[in-house]
Amino acid sequence: MIREMREPLAFEISSEGKRAFRAEKLDVPERKDVLGGVAVRETIDGFPELSEVEVTRHFTRLSRTNYCVDLGLYPLGSCTMKYNPKVNERVAALPGFTGSHPNAPEELVQGNLRLLKQVERLLGEIAGMDAFTLQPAAGAHGELTGMMLVRAALEARGNARKTVLIPDSAHGTNPSSAHLCGYTVKEIKSNEKGTIDLEDLARAMNEDVAALMVTNPNTLGVFESDICRIAEIVHSRGGFLYMDGANMNALTGIVRPGDMGVDVLHINLHKTFSTPHGGGGPGSGPVGVKKALEPYLPVPVIEEKDGRFVLVGDRPGSIGRTRSFFGNYLVIVRALAYILNLGPEGIREVAETAVLNANYIRKSLEGDYHMKYPTATLHECVFSDKVQKEHGVSNLDIAKRLIDMGLHPPTMSFPLIVHGALMVEPTETESKRELDRFIDAMKAIAKEAVEDPEVLHAAPHATYVRRLDETAAARTPVLKWEKK
Amino acid sequence: MSYISLSDKDRREMLERIGVGSTDDLFCCIPEGVRLTGKLALPEAMTESALVRHMEGIAGENAYPKYLSFLGGGAYDHFIPSVVDNLSSRGEFVTPYTPYQPEVSQGTLQAIFEFQTLICQLSGMDIANASLYEGATGAAEAVLMAHRLKNRPKVLVAATLHPQYRSVIRTYVRNLGIRVEEVPCDGTGGLDKAALARMLDAETAALIVQSPNYFGVCEDIKAAADAVHRDRALLAVVVAEALSLGLLEAPGKLGADIVTGEGQSFGIPLSFGGPYLGFMACMKEFVRQLPGRIAGQTTDVDGKRGFVLTLATREQHIRREKATSNICTNQALCALRATIYLETVGKQGLRELAWQNVQKAAYAVDLLTRVPGVKRRFAGPHFNEFVLEFPKDWDGIDRALKAKGILAGIGLGADFPGLEKCALVCVTERHGKNDIDRLAAALEEVLR
Repeated sequence: MIREMREPLAFEISSEGKRAFRAEKLDVPERKDVLGGVAVRETIDGFPELSEVEVTRHFTRLSRTNYCVDLGLYPLGSCTMKYNPKVNERVAALPGFTGSHPNAPEELVQGNLRLLKQVERLLGEIAGMDAFTLQPAAGAHGELTGMMLVRAALEARGNARKTVLIPDSAHGTNPSSAHLCGYTVKEIKSNEKGTIDLEDLARAMNEDVAALMVTNPNTLGVFESDICRIAEIVHSRGGFLYMDGANMNALTGIVRPGDMGVDVLHINLHKTFSTPHGGGGPGSGPVGVKKALEPYLPVPVIEEKDGRFVLVGDRPGSIGRTRSFFGNYLVIVRALAYILNLGPEGIREVAETAVLNANYIRKSLEGDYHMKYPTATLHECVFSDKVQKEHGVSNLDIAKRLIDMGLHPPTMSFPLIVHGALMVEPTETESKRELDRFIDAMKAIAKEAVEDPEVLHAAPHATYVRRLDETAAARTPVLKWEKK
Repeated sequence: MSYISLSDKDRREMLERIGVGSTDDLFCCIPEGVRLTGKLALPEAMTESALVRHMEGIAGENAYPKYLSFLGGGAYDHFIPSVVDNLSSRGEFVTPYTPYQPEVSQGTLQAIFEFQTLICQLSGMDIANASLYEGATGAAEAVLMAHRLKNRPKVLVAATLHPQYRSVIRTYVRNLGIRVEEVPCDGTGGLDKAALARMLDAETAALIVQSPNYFGVCEDIKAAADAVHRDRALLAVVVAEALSLGLLEAPGKLGADIVTGEGQSFGIPLSFGGPYLGFMACMKEFVRQLPGRIAGQTTDVDGKRGFVLTLATREQHIRREKATSNICTNQALCALRATIYLETVGKQGLRELAWQNVQKAAYAVDLLTRVPGVKRRFAGPHFNEFVLEFPKDWDGIDRALKAKGILAGIGLGADFPGLEKCALVCVTERHGKNDIDRLAAALEEVLR
């Protein structure tokens, strides 16, 4: 949307008496004596009153200030912003799915239960795990669920243990999820290759450690080549190996976590399996486990009996529910459509092409941007602003300047082990033309950093809003509209 | 069908620039021994047309939509205006990430800001977050938040809180040293005030109470707040049927300290339970303990108004294990749907809809309790759900009604021992008088 045109808040467009909706005429006798004694509100102060045209224009205008995958490359490392196939939206909108009540009797929702069971099995095959739960609503929720399973299994052995080991390159959700399970977090330092140091791990691993949470490939895009040895070390002291599967899209059809000694993992359907991010959800974070953890899965579990699907809630070892109903069902429907659409060859091609695209960008930009870790990478790579900093240009400046060039910036300042990080993940769905557009833009910015750093400090120039004062937003929070 | 945009020529050129002979070489960091040698045992790829047919087949196996249904219990069938689907399915809303780059995410951020405002107006609280997963995890987050704020080991939970919400709370607290005790209900179906008074003490961090509760009964929130505040504990009100907020007094005005709940009623289809929409609001002095994303207003370098994600020092990506919650991805698109829904239905429409729900449920209670042997189980005032008691076990009645194409309610025996003869019935604006009459007639036949 052009910068001169400003879209007010809905509350500011609102005027008394307007409406975009009318309820049908009440067809039962109206009674005044209902709700005896309950406090009822007279009106909702400040609540919007708009016409349908105004609502439509309001949200259409707002939508035009957003960047999105449908518009172009969205190289947010670790977030896996791949194309979201349109057929997935179509099938998720089928009335048989959207109109199903979650409290309906099992026999009337056999299609849904069959679908859930099939997705559990397909994810089991792709990840090499024995069983899956689809209940978690997002990746972090999956982590929490997975770590609860670990704790339950350890408790059943008589000692829940105290600590969880987490590499310093991990997503912030890992320590937070472990903490919510009552564990103390111990950080493992990355070595000069950006990976887990076996000797450090061996030193840190003891009978107080419940699990190691490892992201593989890690947030640098580096595959933990010693993963089998890592699993041995963790298992030898009676711990569990948790894998954060946020980067599973680098591995599909190539290698299975379950074959590398992983005991429990979560997968983000909104990353690897192409379900849309929706500006921050809904996601879905299925958790896969090996046999040893299966008795503890959240209830209800779906079982197939003589071709019929039933919900089983009576499982004494279960950690209980982690969410109401059956998870983010329509997200799961989309993921199934994606897997069926791709088939085994297509699933493998996802990983191959994601890795090819990422390495093409890496090779093309290596001369222009610094890379702290020279180790080979898979589906993403992490540059830094070290070279540009010499000219006073930060990763923030680079990111904002990319916006001027019609591109979304990479993930910034993460992982924390790379100062001034720019973490690039193109995904498999981008064309060479789009990758070249990004590469050319990044090269042009590297040149500008030397020749005209001011233009970078002031970027973005062409957007609906320019650089926003985030400090002021946090210092004096204005978190809602209020009637003047 | 895959979604790859590279030609063979592109691949060759790219491999050449990288300096490897084949894509396989890029995977040399993965030990040979663990790599897959064959292909995954997945169904062969489908074309788009075959896929649509296949998925239509699965959806068609769900017989549920053919039934006249009075199911509620945390998921409610309300009409969704056309603009909600149309506007919320725009690619600009569906396909961005969490708005980390505010300059190109103003649409999402402004919508979140409007959502927060709407939730504040409805709940009567000072501030609201950008969403949580759904109602049950919202209730669990309220428990954790109250525990952080009060640093007391005990939390009271109304026994009439949705059974699945209670189950999720138990799962969340089991490793955190928080003790959960359930407060029973009295004969009206509302909170037993005497029991509450007995159970409250200096160790109690909060009372979690749902209103309208699982039995559909509207709680006396003010009385609960007064009782709880006498022990300097907090009151968290859970709202599972958000449409009730269109008519019932805002919990914040009655003394609630935290309001959380399920926003599915605001333009989100039943969808077999998800994705739904958790929301959470609280008094402003608790803002640093509120979980989840929050959008805030600010200005850009030219002084123009804009919105950003703010107060991130509460969150996991900054604070790691010291964060208020581990939540990252939430339910932004569902919050957008709710925002569009509420702005479409508007001030008058929301009240009308809420009023219609009350009226139709009242008509249904009246008619159904005239069927011989059928009684209301709880006398407390209800919104659009109510519990009926039958002369014999519900299961048999349910079977007979199903045979007539009617799902009359949710049996309560499994979750509430002693209520084997009872069912929870939900009536919304979607039910015509004829639907309710049909239920009454069928029930009469079944019980005859």
